[in-house]
Formats: sequence, structure tokens, C-alpha cells
Amino acid sequence: MGKTVLTGKHFWYGNIAIAEGAIAAGCRFFGGYPITPASEIAEHISKRFPEIGGIFVQFEDELASMAAILGASWAGAKSMTATSGPGLSLMMENLGLGVMMEVPTVVVNIQRGGPSTGLPTLTAQGDVMQAKWGSHGPYEIIALSPDSPQEAFDLTIRCFNLAEKYRVPVILLASETVGHSAGKVIVPPENEIELIDRKKPTVPPEEYLPYKPDEDLIPPMAYAGEGYAICTTGLTHNEKGYPDVSAETQEKLVRRLNDKIRKHMEEIVDVEEENMEDAKIAVVSYGQVSRPVKRAVKMAREDGIKVGSIKLITIWPFAENVIRKWAKQVELFIVPELNYGQIYLEVKREVAGNSETVLVPRMGGKLITPQEIYREIKKVSKK
Amino acid sequence: MSHKMTRGKKPLLPQELHPMDQWLRSERMPHIWCAGCGIGPTLYAWVRALDTVGIDKDKVVYVSGIGCCGRGSGYLDVDGFHTTHGRAIPFATGIKLVKPDLCVNVISGDGDIFSIGGNHFIHACRRNVDLLVICTNNFIYGMTGGQLAATTPIGDYSTTTPYGNIEPPFNTPYLADASGAVYVARWTSIHVRLLEKSIAEALRMKGFRYIEVLSPCPVNYGRRNRLREVDDIAKWFWQSSVIRHGADTREVQIEKGKPIILGNFVKREKLSYYGELKKLEEKVKRAAEAKK
Ligand SMILES: Cc1ncc(C[n+]2csc(CCOP(=O)(O)OP(=O)(O)O)c2C)c(N)n1
Ligand code: SF4
Repeated sequence: MGKTVLTGKHFWYGNIAIAEGAIAAGCRFFGGYPITPASEIAEHISKRFPEIGGIFVQFEDELASMAAILGASWAGAKSMTATSGPGLSLMMENLGLGVMMEVPTVVVNIQRGGPSTGLPTLTAQGDVMQAKWGSHGPYEIIALSPDSPQEAFDLTIRCFNLAEKYRVPVILLASETVGHSAGKVIVPPENEIELIDRKKPTVPPEEYLPYKPDEDLIPPMAYAGEGYAICTTGLTHNEKGYPDVSAETQEKLVRRLNDKIRKHMEEIVDVEEENMEDAKIAVVSYGQVSRPVKRAVKMAREDGIKVGSIKLITIWPFAENVIRKWAKQVELFIVPELNYGQIYLEVKREVAGNSETVLVPRMGGKLITPQEIYREIKKVSKK
Repeated sequence: MSHKMTRGKKPLLPQELHPMDQWLRSERMPHIWCAGCGIGPTLYAWVRALDTVGIDKDKVVYVSGIGCCGRGSGYLDVDGFHTTHGRAIPFATGIKLVKPDLCVNVISGDGDIFSIGGNHFIHACRRNVDLLVICTNNFIYGMTGGQLAATTPIGDYSTTTPYGNIEPPFNTPYLADASGAVYVARWTSIHVRLLEKSIAEALRMKGFRYIEVLSPCPVNYGRRNRLREVDDIAKWFWQSSVIRHGADTREVQIEKGKPIILGNFVKREKLSYYGELKKLEEKVKRAAEAKK
């Protein structure tokens, strides 16, 4: 057997860090379809899995990939796929099934420029809203966004832990510049990596109701082949998992699917705040854009401008309490994004007119530079 | 009779239960299927075959897609996965590869498996994934009210071919054969005994096994195609079918007015996908050891 956790110091591309993060998290089933700029994840896993007893399948498309990782999860494996925009669009069908059947799994999206085939080799952050509601119906999802290879490694593990804990598909919303930039990655010793596994039923099969939640709103999950006669469907279902297409059951089920995320916001939401104590201006960013923001804030601080930074590590559910809290102190929020305003809309909504919100958009293709953000800070500080 | 009472290995009371009832989630009855529908008899043949082969109920996995036939996975007392339209095969692939000791079956409609799911079907055949796929082919989209299917014979009427169908249908045994399935058969839901025998034969094999079951849909197919009475389609099947085991699958296309060829057409040996995966693992392991 090969080594599973490659403890030590590495110099890795973000995509390799994601693949190794998945392996360290216990992922042993990968189903995917090649796409730039995510293919290196599949390539690396196809090399590593036969060494460690994992199952790698290159499927015929992303529809199959997404369906297969759900099946694999039902059989008890931690599973994952990795793609980019066009593939994520195809995965939306079975991502919804994963939400409805409550299947832990991880979907990595290395964002590239869109719409459509767009900019296959260049970066963007255009899939933020798609990550939230790209599949039909009212649901909540968890999505995390890394800004470096190290964070890509760490957050991939966290994605698996959140997926297992809440029984949901979790999205790692990275981007081309993270996937394709190399950086130092420190992999801790195996016993220092904290892993969460899904709850298993504690009752015998004759008492088991596959969709009866515990107090935390999450039902324990039996695997295929354990004698529990699981009944599960994408149709609206009751606690037995039987189809029950009534407004009452829909209300109860879908409300719980949303609430199991919403009521655990405190645990799920993670942000990094810097220089916020006395800030009158705050730059809200996520993923790769947080790196130039850091530099820009430092430059502006040297000019004596009271500016701070809020980096969203958890994109969904949105860090609404954090923004609301700072809106009492901050007069102006700047939101630089590689799209035409997606997280900006969330910030603006939470600020609710108490402060101003300014969007610094770029449609993708290249990063926003620290100078550009610095100039924006300078400009608004004169208001 | 609640299905829970039938779980585990408790003895059943013969006077109360039909021998097949232990496979049923009785509390979910009545089912949604119409009188004369071929889906029920197909499932009956399947569970009888499981019984005959002696497969542990706890190890049986039933994956279906969307459609009238897709509903079956919620009626039987085994691990049942009612997935999305067309995606039963890849979903089942995920289960089987992670738990190779399970008996994983996909039972779904022709629209599900050959229209929206056609790509998955041919690729699963090609990979030789260890699955038994049974398709109830009723020549129509039953669930959605009788639209054109990829299996509707030329000239037939559906709600979306009001002037008659101009598209040639798939010859599904030929498709499976050409794509690499190790077992290919065609029966009808009227030929319950022969179907059961064929399923039992397939259950004893490994690799991708495909059985097409021609299945009456009196309501949405028969009614529009001069097969108006509940048992008209059954009569057509009975009168037109010819059993020809080992028939060349190129010659089994279904055409109105011509004999319907039934039989066990293909049986070949080939290492399954999982077998290949394990071989690959061995190779990688040996290479790693040689390096040391
Ligand atoms: C993605 C998607 N498209 C369309 C549908 C609507 N739909 C439900 S069942 C079905 C066809 C069913 O036909 P078939 O697979 O032959 O099964 P049958 O009902 O005849 O058993 C369609 C088109 C759907 N559920 N999902
Ligand atoms: S509509 Fe056709 S396929 Fe559906 S249950 Fe009725 S007879 Fe069967």
C-alpha cells in the first residue's frame, strides 16, 4: 500500500493540493470527466488511487460522474468529483438529487471564465450564484473558497467534514489561478488531521427510518447492503423515504433540508477579518481576490486610511451576521469580484442601506491587481 | 402486513403470505401501475429469479430512474434507489464499485435507459461494469402520458407523433451486443417463466448483463395503436413471438407485422470492470515493490 497522507512540506499546484487533501480526508471514490482547468485533479488521483485502494473512474460525462459519486457515497465511500463551469452546469441535475437524498459528497469547481465555453484557461469567479442555486428548487448548500494551494488542501478536508456532518454535497469553489499556481503546502501528520464521519443508525433495521432526523435535523445514514432496506428517492418523501407528494410533506422535508444548514450557520461560516477594529472602509473578498486585497489594505493603511478586510472562506451559506455586525461601524464596503456582482448583491442586502456598497467588477481572464483595489480604496476614502 | 414484519429472517406464515410477499413493501400497496401493465409481472419474474438463485435479500440493490417502471424501486423491500431520469446506471456503478459483493440491479423504462440515459448504457456495456440491467420496453413514455420513445416502432402513434412516427427505433439487444455486454436477452412480460430463467442465468454471471423485456402499456401505447383492449398487446406478443436463442442481434429489430424474436442472444466471458481495476492495482503494487 502506498502512503495515504503525505505528511511534510511540499511545493504543489493548487489542483494537486486539492487531490491530496481529498485523499487525506479519506476520499476513496472519484468519478469525473476531463475539463480545463480542473483535469490535473483527476490525473493526480488516477495515479494515486491504485496505490491506496481507491476507485477512480473517468466517466462518459459529468451527468454520470455526479450520479456515480452519489451511488458510491450510499455504498459507504467518501466520494468526489472535480470540474469547471460547463461541467458544473451538467452536474446540477444530480447535485439536486444529492441534496434531496441527503448524500455526503464533494464537488470541486475550478472556475474559468464564462458564460458557456468562455475562457477555458483563464480565471474567473462567475459561478458563485450557480453554486448556490444552480439546481432547481429551494435548497441551501455549503460552498468554500480557497485562495492558495495550502488553503485548497485545508478546505478540501473541511469540505469532506462538512459533507459528512450535514449529509450534503459540498462545493469547493476554487478558480484557475488557485488550481494552477504553485505554493508551499504543509501536510500535517495523519493523526493531527481531524476527520468527521457521517452518523450511522443506532437502531436495528426494523426501527430505522431513513429520513427521521435527530435533534440536529440530520438523519443517520445506513449504507447499501447493511440490511436496512433503504428506500430513497428524489421525489418528495416522508421519514420512511417513501414518495409522498403532498404540500404538507414538502413543507416539512424541504424546510428541514434548508434548516439543517441555516440553523448551523455559526459552525459552518468561516471568515478572516484583518484590520477591522477601527475600520470605516471594509473590503469584502473571497478566493484568489483576497490576496491582492491584503496588499491593497496594507498600502492604504500606510496612508493612514482606516480600511480593513473581510475574507469569506465560507461563501455559502453567506456570512450575513458578520456583514450585519460590521455594517454598524463600517461606512463603506468595497466588493472586488471576478464577475459582474454576485457576492456584492449579498453584501448590499445585508448592509441594508446602513452603509454604502461599491462593486469592483472584472469579467474574468485576469486577476484584479493590488494597485487597482488600492486606487478604489483611495477614491472612496475621499468621499 | 407491514414491511417491517418481513425484515430480518423471521419465518413467514404461509397461509397469510404469498411466497413473494417477503420481497414487497406491502404497506405501500396499492401500486400506481394500470391494469394490464407489464412492469409488475417483470418484477415478479425478477424476485422469483433472485429467490431461485438464493441471493440474500440484504445484498440486493435495486436502482431505477424516472418513469412508471422507475417507481418499482420503492415497492420492493430491498435497498431501493429511485434516482434521476436516465442516471440509474452510473448511480448503480458507484454503488457496485464500492461494494462489489452486492447484487446491483438496474430496472427502468426504455425512455430512461435508451433516450436520456443512452450514453450511460453504451459506456457501461463497454466498460463491462458488473450490473444486471433490465429494461421494460413499452415502446412509449408511459409516465408522461404517451410521447414518442427511442423504441417506438415506425408508423406508430404517440402524443407527439400524431401523424405517425418517422424515426427508426433502437434495436436494443444489438446496441448492447455491439457495445460489449456479456449477456443479452429479450423476453416479454408475458413469458414470465422463460424471463425468470433468463434473469436467473444472468444473475449467476458477472459483468454487464442486459435483458430487454417487452412490456404492455395498454393505456398510453395500446390505446393509440389499434391495441385498444387491456390484453391486446399481450396477444400481439404471444402470437408474434418466435424464440431463437443465440440469434444474430442484428436481425432482431422489432417491426410491426413481422415476428418478434425472443431468446437469450449473447453469452460471453470477459473480466468485469472491477476485475480489471483489481488487476491494475496489483500491477501498480508490484511495480512499487520492484522499485524498493
Ligand atoms: C430530466 C427529465 N426530463 C423529463 C422528465 C419527464 N419524464 C418523466 S418519466 C419520462 C419518460 C418515461 O418513459 P420511460 O422511461 O419509457 O418509462 P415508463 O414510464 O414508460 O415506464 C419523462 C420524459 C423528467 N422526469 N426528468
Ligand atoms: S401508463 Fe403504461 S407503463 Fe405506466 S403504469 Fe400504466 S400501463 Fe404501465
